[in-house]
Amino acid sequence: MMPDLLSSSLAIAAPELIMSVGAMILLMIGVFMGEKSSQTVTGLSVAVIIIAALWLILVTPTGVAFGGSFVLDPFARFMKILVLVGSAAAVVMSVGFAESERFNRFEFPVLVLLSTTGMMVMVSAGDMIALYLGLELQSLAIYVLAAINRDSVRSTEAGLKYFVLGALSSGMLLYGASMVYGFTGHIEFTQISEVVADSGRSLGLLVGIVFVLAGLAFKISAVPFHMWTPDVYEGAPTPITAFLAGAPKVAAMALITRFTIQGFEPLSGQWQQVIVFISIASMVFGAFAAIGQHNIKRLMAYSSIAHMGYALVGLAAANPEGVRGVLIYMTVYLMMTLGTFAVILAMRRRDGMVEEIDDLAGLSQTNPMMALFLTVMMLSLAGLPPLAGFVAKYFVFMAAVHAGLWPLAIIGVLASVVGLYYYLRLVKVMWFDEPAEAFVPMAIELRAVLWVTGLVVFPAYIFLGGPVFEAAEAAARTFF
Amino acid sequence: MEIGLGHYLTVAAILFVTGVFGIFMNRKNIITILMSVELILLSVNINMVAFSAFLGDLVGQVFALFILTVAAAEAAIGLAILVVFFRNRGSIAVDDVNTMKG
Repeated sequence: MMPDLLSSSLAIAAPELIMSVGAMILLMIGVFMGEKSSQTVTGLSVAVIIIAALWLILVTPTGVAFGGSFVLDPFARFMKILVLVGSAAAVVMSVGFAESERFNRFEFPVLVLLSTTGMMVMVSAGDMIALYLGLELQSLAIYVLAAINRDSVRSTEAGLKYFVLGALSSGMLLYGASMVYGFTGHIEFTQISEVVADSGRSLGLLVGIVFVLAGLAFKISAVPFHMWTPDVYEGAPTPITAFLAGAPKVAAMALITRFTIQGFEPLSGQWQQVIVFISIASMVFGAFAAIGQHNIKRLMAYSSIAHMGYALVGLAAANPEGVRGVLIYMTVYLMMTLGTFAVILAMRRRDGMVEEIDDLAGLSQTNPMMALFLTVMMLSLAGLPPLAGFVAKYFVFMAAVHAGLWPLAIIGVLASVVGLYYYLRLVKVMWFDEPAEAFVPMAIELRAVLWVTGLVVFPAYIFLGGPVFEAAEAAARTFF
Repeated sequence: MEIGLGHYLTVAAILFVTGVFGIFMNRKNIITILMSVELILLSVNINMVAFSAFLGDLVGQVFALFILTVAAAEAAIGLAILVVFFRNRGSIAVDDVNTMKG
């Protein structure tokens, strides 16, 4: 009986096993070959991610493993694929940066692998122990990644800030988890949901939910737990910013969805208020605070705060349509973020990287291709039709309207109009300002990422949208 | 007087609030922040073990062991980042963590 249970569990957790064993092997390769191995380790780590993704799609059975701690349902599969795509793209985009900035650290791809494993555990967490362990594996690796440039004050300061605030947030999350455990007697989401449906709410349980949501809101950088975002985005080396703007947000959004919908669906009237509040606060703050920024990484930080607010609009609806909206929103958000960071990583002159918005001046004359793609990305981030960003916003806002949350949808639309201002400012700088000194030609891997994401954002999503839409629909159904 | 669940929860809540205040009110030293983080995690452990004993369910104690383990890893990484920061900046005062505005 026991070996049977173990082997079926291991089959379900196989992609995570591939990732963690791969990370350990690559670490050994790095240790024995020294600094010169960083190219090899980077290439192999992309291969490991691709193998894990293929294994997840083609081989791994759907089911529940380790007595309910670890769940692989259509929702988890969808989110894990997004996480793996985000991580693989971030590692690929670091190659050129590593060469030109002499940033030869084999630890970078290894830590990305470990962090991605943590994210996959988060996405699949069926109880609060798995939730906590996944979250910590992901966060601890990212604290180190943010501070990986050991000789830079800004990088180490980013790591320190992220660590202090991240540790506080996991403390709050744990305090909430202990209250939920105490007042329901269970840590598994499905069992919690049954107890909650039977006995209703109690004060201790509500305190627990609010604390857990506060801890999770920190990880998706939603207002009022966003203080770390601009500094960490600015201080961390750019490939690391590209990584932590994409995959971790997707994983944390999956976790917040699973916790609220699977664990506390019967109490949706209670946590909805919290989600509506952080959603409105994030959208409005993200829109207004980005206006005065002149560093493009800082601008992207405020932009991501706003986008998490839009994704939470779908979650606030607390129905299958809303969850589907969240899934589609995160897919599109990941594409737009990766494309934008491919451009930011290509902002290099002969004397090094630049990251001011003014450095993009006149890009349409010096590098029309890059300017065109960045314009598409910016307009999509702003949510203009017919780009993918508009479709994503449409689904979450419609879900909110159908759930009767009119004010939330109206505030969301108004905030995206304000947001349009700073995205258009970037477009104006690129197309109408006097050209600045040209950038060095874009590296091949950045060009590849930019072409793929650019074409997905417009117009390929029209053709690819159908299957993704159906997968998101099936994934959203798993909770209802 | 019988010591019940409420007493344990009160102690844990007081420790938790002390930890949170230690992070926000402290303007001197980052080491104090690390100590406050440990305080928060230990208050959660008191909660977990108290609930576990009260409910007659072992899961809470298992959870507490996991928290202890992860807290050790977290402290190690925190101190490592702090050492690297000190080498660059020459100080670990909270007011000196200000190269970037925000």
